[in-house]
Amino acid sequence: MNFIAISAIYKFEMARFFRTMMQSIISPVISTSLYFVVFGAAIGSRIDNVEGVSYGSFIVPGLIMLSVMTQATSNASFGIYFPKFIGTIYELLSAPVSFLEITIGYVGAAATKAMFIGMIILGTAYMFVDIQIAHPAAMLAFLVLTCFSFSLLGFIIGIWAGNFEQLQLIPLLIITPLVFLGGSFYSITMLPPVWQSITMFNPVVYLISGFRWSFFGTADVGIGLSLFAIALFTAICLGAIWWIFRTGWRIRQ
Amino acid sequence: MSSIVSVQNLRKSYQSGFEALKGVNLEIEEGEILALLGPNGAGKTTLISTICGITVPTSGAISVGGHDTQTGFRAARGLIGLVPQEINLEPFETVMNTVQFSRGLFGKPRDDAKIDAILKQLSLDDKKDSRIMMLSGGMKRRVLIAKALSHEPRVLFLDEPTAGVDVELRKDMWDIVAGLKAAGVTIILTTHYIEEAEAIADRIGVISKGEILLVQDKAELMAQMGKKQLQIEVSAPVDKLPKALSGYQLTAEGTTLTYTYDTKNERTGITTLLNDLQKTGLQLVDIQTQQSSLEDIFVGLVKEDT
Repeated sequence: MNFIAISAIYKFEMARFFRTMMQSIISPVISTSLYFVVFGAAIGSRIDNVEGVSYGSFIVPGLIMLSVMTQATSNASFGIYFPKFIGTIYELLSAPVSFLEITIGYVGAAATKAMFIGMIILGTAYMFVDIQIAHPAAMLAFLVLTCFSFSLLGFIIGIWAGNFEQLQLIPLLIITPLVFLGGSFYSITMLPPVWQSITMFNPVVYLISGFRWSFFGTADVGIGLSLFAIALFTAICLGAIWWIFRTGWRIRQ
Repeated sequence: MSSIVSVQNLRKSYQSGFEALKGVNLEIEEGEILALLGPNGAGKTTLISTICGITVPTSGAISVGGHDTQTGFRAARGLIGLVPQEINLEPFETVMNTVQFSRGLFGKPRDDAKIDAILKQLSLDDKKDSRIMMLSGGMKRRVLIAKALSHEPRVLFLDEPTAGVDVELRKDMWDIVAGLKAAGVTIILTTHYIEEAEAIADRIGVISKGEILLVQDKAELMAQMGKKQLQIEVSAPVDKLPKALSGYQLTAEGTTLTYTYDTKNERTGITTLLNDLQKTGLQLVDIQTQQSSLEDIFVGLVKEDT
């Protein structure tokens, strides 16, 4: 293992994050605040408690997940797409690093950024609503796993993308709808039975449900199932990356 | 001298079916400067990319410092520095961080003193905290070289280092290359400027349509260039050179006598030859002189190949 190379990639990527610090931090803070004003204060006051939790608090885990998933995906996809776009990828390909080390460096940095933003949103949420975290260790574990797995997904998208449009396409067309329809802002028990069944095919449901359980101790689906779902998702992404690594797909001619 | 880079029967076909390299064999000796000359699309960049690991060979074998570039890729690539043809740089980073990043990729810990020395050598020391996007084109090219040198490679590939570069920077570039050679670095550069190959190379290779047509010592090529030929047409065929002419570098073929002489010598010997010719009674019909330049050799080789 070329650990120095992993750390070089990681630091270089984190430097990009800190260069755009204002944008990286201010925008999630502002958008989260807006959600709290609109859903928490304005609409939320007319909604009953959900599963014994006030609506404003109830949406906190979903909001964090929404940002973390989209940030992890877009950061990781951009991180590997940008060298492809500007041509500096030659350096990665001619350096004595394996594809695994490249993946760890980029995915690690993207996951860290997403984790950072998740924490900032949690901090912002504290200013608006009352939150108790029932299972802090589980909460952290879910957050880390989600950051990591969606960064893997983003990395795959970044390798696949041939232009900026494709780079935006999957986060926009797939991840955002899945997260919105995955119970970020509602409990799926609120849905009609048919939609409840359909929702079960949405993988994000399991992540949000598990994450919410770590806050409030209640969940739409069993915590074991949630863990299994995120493990499965991570495994699929790792498998895809292993395959890309084997074939050099879209990377090495 | 031993080979530091050995390329054996290297073939590369792209997915489009285009065969960029058609069985290239090349031995690069340690410490030399090898210039690869060739027209656009000859396969120069593909050859370099394949040695450096950016493209995967279709067949054949490459070793660098005795390490196979496939099975021993870490050891092989660790010896190589690559300066690409295009200016590919992260625009928002500083020079120092970009160069340190390259060093890190090659598994070497951050070393500010070392990088400072490299930047100084490339006259970039006052730019180290500048963002890449603020630099001129010539400076960016220097940054590319600094990146390639950051991990102290033993073999340096320069892909068209002086394409689109002004005269002054080109001279600087040649000085840098000479300095690296003095430090023991083996250098392979591609170019389509013949005078560049003449100015700095030890050996010259000519590549066209995915094949190496010639690899020769520059001194030998220059020797061919430094010599001129005098062709003397005589009225009757000469079977055997007369005794009076045996002391000259003279060959006879039909009615043509070819005399090879060195223009760098104080005396070319032409006057005495003509005097001696007259004494033999041979009748002169015509006289002409010829000089072959590297350009002629190059153009001739590439044309022959088409």
